[in-house]
Order: sequence, then structure tokens, then C-alpha cells
Amino acid sequence: MAESKMMLGNEAIARGAYEAGVKVSAAYPGTPSTEISENLVQYDEIYAEWSPNEKVAVEVASGASISGVRSMACMKHVGLNVASDPLYTMSYIGVKGGMVLVVADDPGMYSSQNEQDTRMIGRASMVPVLEPSDSTEAKEYMKYAFDLSEKYDTPMILRTTTRLAHSQGPVEFEERVEPIDIPYERDIAKHVMMPAMAIKRHLVVEDRLNRMADDAADMKLPSGVALNRVEYGDNKIGFITCGIAYQYIKEVMPEASVLKLGLVNPLPLSLIKEFAGKVDRLIIFEELEPVIEEQVKALGIKCEGKELFTRQGEYSANMLREKVLGLKLDIEEAEKVAPRPPILCPGCPHRSVYSVLNKLKIHAAGDIGCYTLGAVAPLSVVDTTICMGSSISSLHGMEKAKGKDYIRSWVAVIGDSTFLHTGVNSLMNMVYNKATGMVIILDNSTTGMTGHQDHAATGKTLKGEPTYAINLYNLCKSMGIEHVYEVNAFDIVALEETIRREQDRDEVSVIITKSPCVLLKGQVFPDKCVPIPEKCKKCGACLRPGCPALTRNEDGTISIDDTMCNACGLCMQLCKFEAIKKEAK
Amino acid sequence: MATTNIMIVGVGGQGTLLTSRILGKLALAAGYDVKISEVHGMSQRGGSVVTYVRYGDKVAEPIVEEGQADVLIAFERLEALRYLHFVKKDGTVIVNDQRMDPISVVTGQATYPEGIIETLKSRRKTMVVDAMSIAKSIGSPKSFNVVVLGASAKSMDYTKDQWIEVIKNTVPPKTIDKNLEAFEAGYNL
Repeated sequence: MAESKMMLGNEAIARGAYEAGVKVSAAYPGTPSTEISENLVQYDEIYAEWSPNEKVAVEVASGASISGVRSMACMKHVGLNVASDPLYTMSYIGVKGGMVLVVADDPGMYSSQNEQDTRMIGRASMVPVLEPSDSTEAKEYMKYAFDLSEKYDTPMILRTTTRLAHSQGPVEFEERVEPIDIPYERDIAKHVMMPAMAIKRHLVVEDRLNRMADDAADMKLPSGVALNRVEYGDNKIGFITCGIAYQYIKEVMPEASVLKLGLVNPLPLSLIKEFAGKVDRLIIFEELEPVIEEQVKALGIKCEGKELFTRQGEYSANMLREKVLGLKLDIEEAEKVAPRPPILCPGCPHRSVYSVLNKLKIHAAGDIGCYTLGAVAPLSVVDTTICMGSSISSLHGMEKAKGKDYIRSWVAVIGDSTFLHTGVNSLMNMVYNKATGMVIILDNSTTGMTGHQDHAATGKTLKGEPTYAINLYNLCKSMGIEHVYEVNAFDIVALEETIRREQDRDEVSVIITKSPCVLLKGQVFPDKCVPIPEKCKKCGACLRPGCPALTRNEDGTISIDDTMCNACGLCMQLCKFEAIKKEAK
Repeated sequence: MATTNIMIVGVGGQGTLLTSRILGKLALAAGYDVKISEVHGMSQRGGSVVTYVRYGDKVAEPIVEEGQADVLIAFERLEALRYLHFVKKDGTVIVNDQRMDPISVVTGQATYPEGIIETLKSRRKTMVVDAMSIAKSIGSPKSFNVVVLGASAKSMDYTKDQWIEVIKNTVPPKTIDKNLEAFEAGYNL
């Protein structure tokens, strides 16, 4: 028997890419897709990189494909929005070496700002979409996606969801297949999308989708299993489903008839018609948008879907027990206990910067990263968060709307990785359009939220090799911004002074607050902060930034958890009575 | 064999992922079909975290739903209470007797409930483990989660040797001895 290992959906996808003979992979980190690239690192045969953003990543993969090798790009669902530009036109161009975009949706929004459904983008861009339903399939579908990509001359999307990406199941290993080297051929009718060429290619794209829809009923995975699988059982109820939702049906109603779709764009219409004709009651069970349901209804087939099940969040087996089987579930009510939302870590440099902004009553146009957590109490600094890079440009919009005096009490806050992702363009715009305003780059030397990935300013590649590190200070200076300052994120005196001074300035200024993320590997924290109860005046100033290592005792003094404290010293600086000291651990 | 449903809950950073992976490998080595579901990303930043492990002859769904858990392993008291309704009426709760205040309690917006252990005991078969003290006494406070795992071992159907083998293969090589000591301490409770 082949070697079998427990693997996350994301690990299985990386393994599938390896076995499929992928040569080039590019990605920007984004939960729940990050571990795919992190797992590609182990394969020397694959060049894998972190690109500054998803648009760049898809273009890197496109170039690799046109040159004749198998390539891929990975991203979370909102990353595909950034990469839409190359996606829509690569659909026209097609591929030379197979090309697959792995896109991870997040039903339930565990780590995302919206709940968009990538299948809709697949339809809009006329790019075929595959969706696996466990780790075993994740590996097999990934491999098959490259076969389909080359056979139909199209980029492919492999859609996953958080539950699949972050669930583990056993996966069997197979050998890597080295693809035959495809020589490059100049072909401007296919590779240069000027109107005259694109008009012709649009017809090709439409024809391709029609052919795939016609062929879909007979598509077989390398293992011989049908990609779109009919499991006939009891014909009273028939489900059409895809992805993780399939597993809930198998859990609750293993005897029901199921049409499990592996290809979710285009749909195998003939198969759907045949299946619908054989069951008494047809139910479409798909998370998020009614993508399958609307197309089934457009065929004139009667079915149920979103009238039973929500468009929001994840599905479950209990949902089927209640809505289809009509069971009254004997479930106790959940205890109403204090919520425990995610928070900034003890020793986090963002907390220090936010404590100063909070003191100065400054509003922040926020961005995407751990520092978005500055929106909630007790820091309550971040007022807006839209998407990657939006802090700087939305601050600019506020200034153009209400004038420079209005935004003196505002700043834009953006992390180092997010700044390089899409913040740079927005800063250019401020300079070009004669803006006033303060931008704070929270430089913690990593991509923090997604679990510490390198980027263009860290000096290390995805493969761990040393490389040139872009200097954020020089980058800002080079745009013509005169007032760029680097300040230690924990020096709250210097921070306050700099922010107060820059508030009055009638031009763009950038403050780069520097201190590495406390969770970055290789750091040692030899000290801890210790309260001195005799000196404590019980004013609570140290507790204001909400460090989780600090708790108030019943007598009003404080305790500091020495297993959590990293001795960042913020509480010590905030204490006017010298009632907190640093000690060796 | 019918599917066994295990939930591991705690506070981000307490090692729920490592624990679920040990349980997953254990089930796979014993020849079962297994699925594990984890939480990554934003929820890991000191928030409430939950992972699911399901094993049996054939496992479809990767999560454990309300009223379905056979065993709830909780690394923190409040988190045990938060997920108590997931446990079957005849299921077992193994709870680490540790209190960690959520930020809402620190800032005074909410209170940390009194008498959690009593509530747990009144509603489910409950085993309380003072894992942090035990782990500190063997000089390895970070292994407290393996102490809890050791305490939970008898609620599952594996031999002690199977547990030891998998712990050896899962934890970082330098920490094998301390983790085995921690497991032993929990197992003998």
C-alpha cells in the first residue's frame, strides 16, 4: 500500500502540485490559503515565492505558463479580487503549461472581511472551477486540474473553503510526474490581447466552456472515479452538492441519492437533467451563493435550495437533520459566558502605538492585519477597515471631502506587508494629488496575522534564502515625501512628540514605527515586568491598553502573569508612580 | 466501529493544534479513518479556539456538532463551560483547572463566572486536572497540555504503548522526555 499521511487540505494541495510536476508557484499569504505555499517549500523541484500581492502572483504564474511549464498561484477569496485583472484576460489567452489558481473561500468569515463566493467569479471570468470535498480529493483534483487546463487550453480555479483547507484526512502519496518540456512558441494572436485578437479569443472561450459542459458527464479523475459522481440510493430525495457540504449529507443521510459535482463551473447539465428525472424531491445543498441552484432552475427543473438553507456561514449535519429530516434536536442552550475574541498579544508593538493614538484621541483609517484588532475596546482607535491597502487611500478621500483641518485628528495605519501589497500605490496618490495627512506604517518585520511570512522588506525569500530587503524609509523618501520618520514602537514619548508635530503639517508625512512581532522566531525575552504593590496608587493607567498579561486584583492593585509577559515595558512607561519594574525572568 | 467525536478547546496559544495532531496520528496508526478540523489565523490571537477530531470505520464530516462530542478536552475552565452543550449527555469532560481572563473580564465589561467546575460536574462526567502545577513540578510548564492529554487517555480506546509511540513521533525531538513524563503524570491521575 502507498504511504498514507494525515494532511491538511492545504498540505494535500501542495502535494498534488508536486506530483503534477508544477515548476513555478507564486502567492501572497492569506488565511485559509497560506499553508499551501509553506508546504511547497519542501519540494526542491518547485520554485515557490511570496509575491507582494495576488495580482503579481497570478501574472508570475501566467508568464511561467506561457513559457511552457506548469504553474500555480494561491490566494484567499479576496485576493482573487486583486488578481481579477490578469484572471479575466488569461481566460482569453489560455495556457501553454497548465495553470491553476487555488482560491480559498471563507464561509463563516473566520479570518476575512467578507464572504464572497469564488464560483461566481469563475462564472464571470469564464474560468472553469473544481471543488474537492476532503484532503484525498484535494490532492487528486489539484493534479487533474492541470490535465484539464492543458486539454482545454484554459487557466483553472481550484476552489476550497476554510473547513476543507484546515481539516486533515489521510492522503496517499504518488510519484511526481515530470512534464515534457514544452518549447516556447511566439503566437501574438493568442498571447497579445489587443482588441482584434481578443474579439476572436472571446469566441474561443465561449466554445471551450460549452465543450467542457458537454464533456463533464464523462470526465474521470486519474484514479478512474468520475469527477461528477452520481450515487444512487433512495430516490425519494436527491441532493446536488459540492465541496465540504457533501460530507454533511453523507453523515446524516448516507442512503440518499447524491449528485456530487467536482466541476462547479461549467455545470454538467445533461447529468443534472438525468439525475433530476430520477428523484422525487431535488434539493441543492451548497454553501454561500445559489450558484448551482439558479442554473438548475434556469433549466426549468423544480428544486429546493436557499428557501431551506442560508446563504451565510458554514453548513452542518444538524442543518440537514432539522430542515430535511424534520428532527427536533435535543440540544442544550449554550451557556452565556463572557466572549473571548482574538486580541493583540502581550508585548505586541501595535498596542503601544495605539495607546498613544488613543491618548491623543486620533481616529485611524485601518487596514488588514492583526492591527485591525485596534478597532475594539479598550484601544478603540481604528474607525474603518475595507481591504488591503485601503487605509491610505481612504484617508486621502476623507481629506479631499472635508479638508485638511478635518483630517488632522486622523491617521492611516497600515502594516509593513500590507503597505508593500497595495499601500504603496495609495501613498503615491497622496503625493501626486497634493494631499495632507499622516500615514503610520506599523513595521513589525513580518506578515503577522497569517502566521509570519516573509515579504519584500524582510530580507528573506519564501524558501528561506537571504535576499535584498526593500528599505521602507528610502522607498517613501523616493516618492518625494520630505517628512518620513522612524520611531521605536515602544518609545511612547518620541511617538507622541512626532505625531503631535506632524499633525500640524500641511503635507504628507510618514511615521514608520519599528519593533518586531513578539511571535517572530528567534527572539528571546529574558525579562518580565513586576508590579510593586506598595507604590501602586490603583489608578489603572497600566491596564488601559488592555494587555492580557495584566489583571486587576480585588484590592485595586495589579498582577502581571509572568508566563505571558515579554517585558515590552509599556505598562511601566504608563505608570506615573514607578510601581512597575523590570526583572530578569 | 461507530465514530468517536473529540473536541479540544482552549485559548489561542495553548497548544490545541498539537494535541489534535497527536490524537489524529493515534487514530490513523490504529487503523481508523480520521478527520481533524482546526482553526488558524485570526482566531489564534488569544481568542477562544476549538479543534475537532473524529475517528471510526468511515468518517465523513470533519466537525463535531452540538450534542455530539464523546470527549471534551478543555485547557481552560471558561472554555469548557462555553462548549459544554457540545458534549453528549453521557460524554466526558476533562478540564484543566486554569483560569485565563478574556479581555472583556480584564476591562470590567464582563465577569468570570464562579463555580464553573461545580456546573461542569453537575451536568457531565467531569475530570479536573491541575495540569499547570503538575507540569511545573516536572520542570516543563509548557507540557501542561500533554498532562491533560494523559489524563484523557483512559476515555479513549488505545493502549498506553500506542500513546507513547505517537507522542514520540509528534513532539519536537528535544522535548520527548519531558512530554513523556508529562503524559505519564496525567495518565496516572
